[in-house]
Amino acid sequence: MVKRKYVVPGDLIVEGDLRASTNTFKTGNRIYSLRVGLAEIGNGSVRVIPLSGTYIPRVGDVVVGEVIDISAFAWQLDINSCFYGYLTAQSVFGRGYSPSKYNLSNKFKIGDLLLAKIQSFDRTRDPMLSISGPGLGPIERGVVIKVNAMKVPRLIGKKGSMIRLIESATKCKVILGQNGVIVVSGEPDGVSKAIEIIRLVESKAHLAELNRMVKELIDSWGVRDADR
Amino acid sequence: MLIDEKGIRTDGRKWNELRPIKMEVGVLKNADGSCYIEFGKNKIMVAVYGPKEVHPRHMALSDRCLLRCRYHMSPFSTTTRKNPAPSRREIEISKVLREALEPSLILEDYPRTAIDVFVEILQSDGGSRCAGITAASVALADAGINMRDLVSAVAVGKVDGKIVLDLNDVEDKEGEADMPVAIMPNLNRVTLFQFEGILTKEEFEKAYELALKSVKKIYKIQREALYEKYFEGEVKVE
Repeated sequence: MVKRKYVVPGDLIVEGDLRASTNTFKTGNRIYSLRVGLAEIGNGSVRVIPLSGTYIPRVGDVVVGEVIDISAFAWQLDINSCFYGYLTAQSVFGRGYSPSKYNLSNKFKIGDLLLAKIQSFDRTRDPMLSISGPGLGPIERGVVIKVNAMKVPRLIGKKGSMIRLIESATKCKVILGQNGVIVVSGEPDGVSKAIEIIRLVESKAHLAELNRMVKELIDSWGVRDADR
Repeated sequence: MLIDEKGIRTDGRKWNELRPIKMEVGVLKNADGSCYIEFGKNKIMVAVYGPKEVHPRHMALSDRCLLRCRYHMSPFSTTTRKNPAPSRREIEISKVLREALEPSLILEDYPRTAIDVFVEILQSDGGSRCAGITAASVALADAGINMRDLVSAVAVGKVDGKIVLDLNDVEDKEGEADMPVAIMPNLNRVTLFQFEGILTKEEFEKAYELALKSVKKIYKIQREALYEKYFEGEVKVE
């Protein structure tokens, strides 16, 4: 059974022989919170789901980035973080890449949006990106909106339930980056509805009855459409 | 006469009473974290930006985050106009503020980045550095920076031969001693300790105890402010 608790930095979450997981720290056998958020105690470990903060890259995250600069060997991407993402030409063109043979701006121009995966990142170097993988690569069209990156897990929902619900209710395609950049594409009416749901989720992310609130919002549209 | 025969101070408080404190979190949309505090007649706005990339680049630290603080008094914050250029006092308080906040932050989690903290005094009435630290700590928590604990600060001192809590402007200027203290309440660690004037050993101990006790009250208000924004006041502060 997982126990939940609201915490602010410095709060004692629990005392005992548990593992201090993300956003917590341990002194002796006392586990404290590092962030404002929801503490989860269960399965032998304690973690805090933060409710505020900027995006810090993690290896394996799928992010939406905008090309902001091109050098001879790599594209530089704004990934909505304090670090820039780098997509090397070698990872796109393959081993045989040489700056004399290819022109990077023919492939991706400044301003292009890419869905990319963070391949490597540590404290000494900026994150390296990759676009090889299913679904990764350039994003052709859509409306870009930004949300707080800490709210993205709630937007995805349990095993992607929330995102599927949004997509089926609005008939839109939603591309979700872990960095809080979202691209919504589809019919204009559906896009504005999808954005409305996303904003609702963002503002009520900490509440348990989030799913019910979203369903109520969707149901209210059903009534409106029937009136017409 | 700063304390009358009934023991009441210039602003109607008893010796061990704090001024009324009001705090609001997340008041600035453009900042990553912000806090507005009213500490008696002090009115202070704090904005936190970051972690973000460091400019100029050469200032970046390879193993931890660069914390930059700016304490600034608005020209209209005092009774006579204050020159907006940073004074010797403001530069010093900026440094003191940074060093009071640094121990509470886990800066190693954000290498090669910077966090900017702006403390703007809109109206001042003594004890603004303590109020500034208190608000800055809440703004940092609002910005979602990893912190070991919040920092709460208060000043104690000696006025008319008596130990008093939370000195206002007149008491600060005319009093015999002034001692601002900042504490991480959960970890019980002191992050700022300044002392000006003369106290006996007994007076000092009494003043220090008073500061430790009062900081807990300020800490409760900090928590309430964060709860109000993040949990919409739906849960009672424990």
